[in-house]
Amino acid sequence: MEEKRHISIGLTDDQVIEMYKTMLLARKIDERMWLLNRAGKIPFVISCQGQEAAQVGAAFALDREKDYVAPYYRDLAVVLAFGMTAQDLMLSGFAKAEDPNSGGRQMPGHFGQKKNRILTGSSPVTTQLPHAVGVALAAKMDNEDFATFVTLGEGSSNQGDFHEGLNFAGVHKLPVITMVENNGYAISVPVEKQLGCEKVSDRAIGYGMPGYTINGNDPLEVYEVVKEARERALRGDGPTLIEAMTHRLTAHSSDDDHKQYRTEEELEQAKKEDSILMFAEYLREANVLTDAKEEEMRKEIDALVNDATDYAENAAYATPESSLLHVYEE
Amino acid sequence: MTVMSYIQAVTTAIKEEMERDDQVFVLGEDVGKKGGVFKATEGLYDQFGEARVLDTPLAESAIAGVGIGAAMYGKRPIAEMQFADFIMPAVNQIISEAAKIRYRSNNDWTCPITIRAPYGGGIHGALYHSQSIEAIFANQPGLKIVMPSTPYDVKGLLKSSIRDNDPVLFLEHKRAYRLLKENVPEEDYTIPIGEADVKREGSDITVITYGLCVHFALQAAERLEEEGIDAHILDLRTIYPLDQEAIIEAAKKTGKVLLVTEDNKEGSIIGEVAAIIGENCLFDLDAPIKRLAGPDVPSMPYAPTMEKHFMMNPDKIEKAMKELADF
Repeated sequence: MEEKRHISIGLTDDQVIEMYKTMLLARKIDERMWLLNRAGKIPFVISCQGQEAAQVGAAFALDREKDYVAPYYRDLAVVLAFGMTAQDLMLSGFAKAEDPNSGGRQMPGHFGQKKNRILTGSSPVTTQLPHAVGVALAAKMDNEDFATFVTLGEGSSNQGDFHEGLNFAGVHKLPVITMVENNGYAISVPVEKQLGCEKVSDRAIGYGMPGYTINGNDPLEVYEVVKEARERALRGDGPTLIEAMTHRLTAHSSDDDHKQYRTEEELEQAKKEDSILMFAEYLREANVLTDAKEEEMRKEIDALVNDATDYAENAAYATPESSLLHVYEE
Repeated sequence: MTVMSYIQAVTTAIKEEMERDDQVFVLGEDVGKKGGVFKATEGLYDQFGEARVLDTPLAESAIAGVGIGAAMYGKRPIAEMQFADFIMPAVNQIISEAAKIRYRSNNDWTCPITIRAPYGGGIHGALYHSQSIEAIFANQPGLKIVMPSTPYDVKGLLKSSIRDNDPVLFLEHKRAYRLLKENVPEEDYTIPIGEADVKREGSDITVITYGLCVHFALQAAERLEEEGIDAHILDLRTIYPLDQEAIIEAAKKTGKVLLVTEDNKEGSIIGEVAAIIGENCLFDLDAPIKRLAGPDVPSMPYAPTMEKHFMMNPDKIEKAMKELADF
């Protein structure tokens, strides 16, 4: 009998179930955020939907006890895998004082949590890339054996910080893995109007590092490539650029209507390739996931999301005066 | 005590901080083998090695951004911008990132980086090697801006900047590098960021300024002393956030205030100093607040005639001080 794909790349049945569960939890939190937004309860949401496979595949290939991540705004599943909880994310959605990302100061999607080595992020895109390179530089200086993982969208690969940061990492052979989650759109502008080259990974050669374009809808393929990149980083062989091809299943954000610039057919096709459906199918075929197991998992996730929502909705806002705190060290 | 130039004080402060704390390192263009285009990092590469005195690619946003990342991790980077004029590609990293990291993470993450940059004119540097860039950064809470005027202050304030747990923009006047020398203690000392300093006690008029202009104002004050005009000179030292208490006290002391900067006049730091005095000292003033600054042209031209016309000097300050004293 042919060996199952996940076994052949070193993942156990339990691990792939955990991956699927993380993808599903990310999706359910995201869907709840949209409901809350449309109900007028939270002002803003920006989605991970369609990119969960790339995010979870990558996160599971990293050492989640040691590695540093510099996520971008769609990386809900990355931060979940790195230890942020559904409740933490709902607190951020509702902008409550207990939100570990920012205490309600930043919009949702602006992740950061020091205890889980998730660097704090801003809204101007790609600024996190040089930060990840800086953490990797510190790791190299201190002979530490961890890697740094940074993500961004394909539109962001046009920013100067992409070029400056990757070139710096290439010159100093730093242990940093850059994953571009190419969902085909920078808000409304399609990839063919974003890139002068065919693929983002074509750019890797200019920075002296390997570049790969992979199927971001397949968490196992992403896992395999990121794992190899991590091994390369820890061997001292330097950085890797990975372009994970994904779909964006929602509008850019709750303030956008993507029907203005995307066709029905295109959206239908993207939904057919939804990584959550496809991964579930694989897991069933591999006899890892059963109907009963999935039912149990969905119940557990529903309860988790409900509890997180209730908790966050009832949690306190920061006091008005606390907006004056933490400008400088106090 | 040892006689030290302004730039030697820079080098000494960095060297001593690198000896004191393994987390301190230097990164920038030409800072390694060459020791910097002005020689501010001379000898550090030989003493501390390539890993802690890092020649970077020619890319300012990466110099700032990589430094910021390392600072978030727990390092104490000293990032050098070769000329303050070239800091512009790094503005997003400094303003959107460094200045906001503590605030936006609700005190979870911090960014203890020092960004050094030589600013100022009078060295035939033309438009893009002469600028004063402090006003661009001087309304960014979360960031501190230090602009010392003497070798003694350089050593103490640069040490404080490196030890500070928030980002500091440390601006050094490039003409002061070899022009100014004085006795500097060999032992370790720091000067608190955020405190202005009275550089000359006087009772007739008050001059408030910073950087190289402090030196020019002191020269002007010496000449005017012979004419019986006794000037009080306050050196801001930290230009963001400003030492409001010291500004108010200095203004009230004489009731006649001259504010001096080498920067273009409109929108410069001294406008904010004037506002602080206006808000707090109206009934203590005996004359309108007077500002002396560079002209509102884009930058300092190359030809000596035009450069001299733009650049601040003791004569210009003396004339303005005399006018104010006569008011």
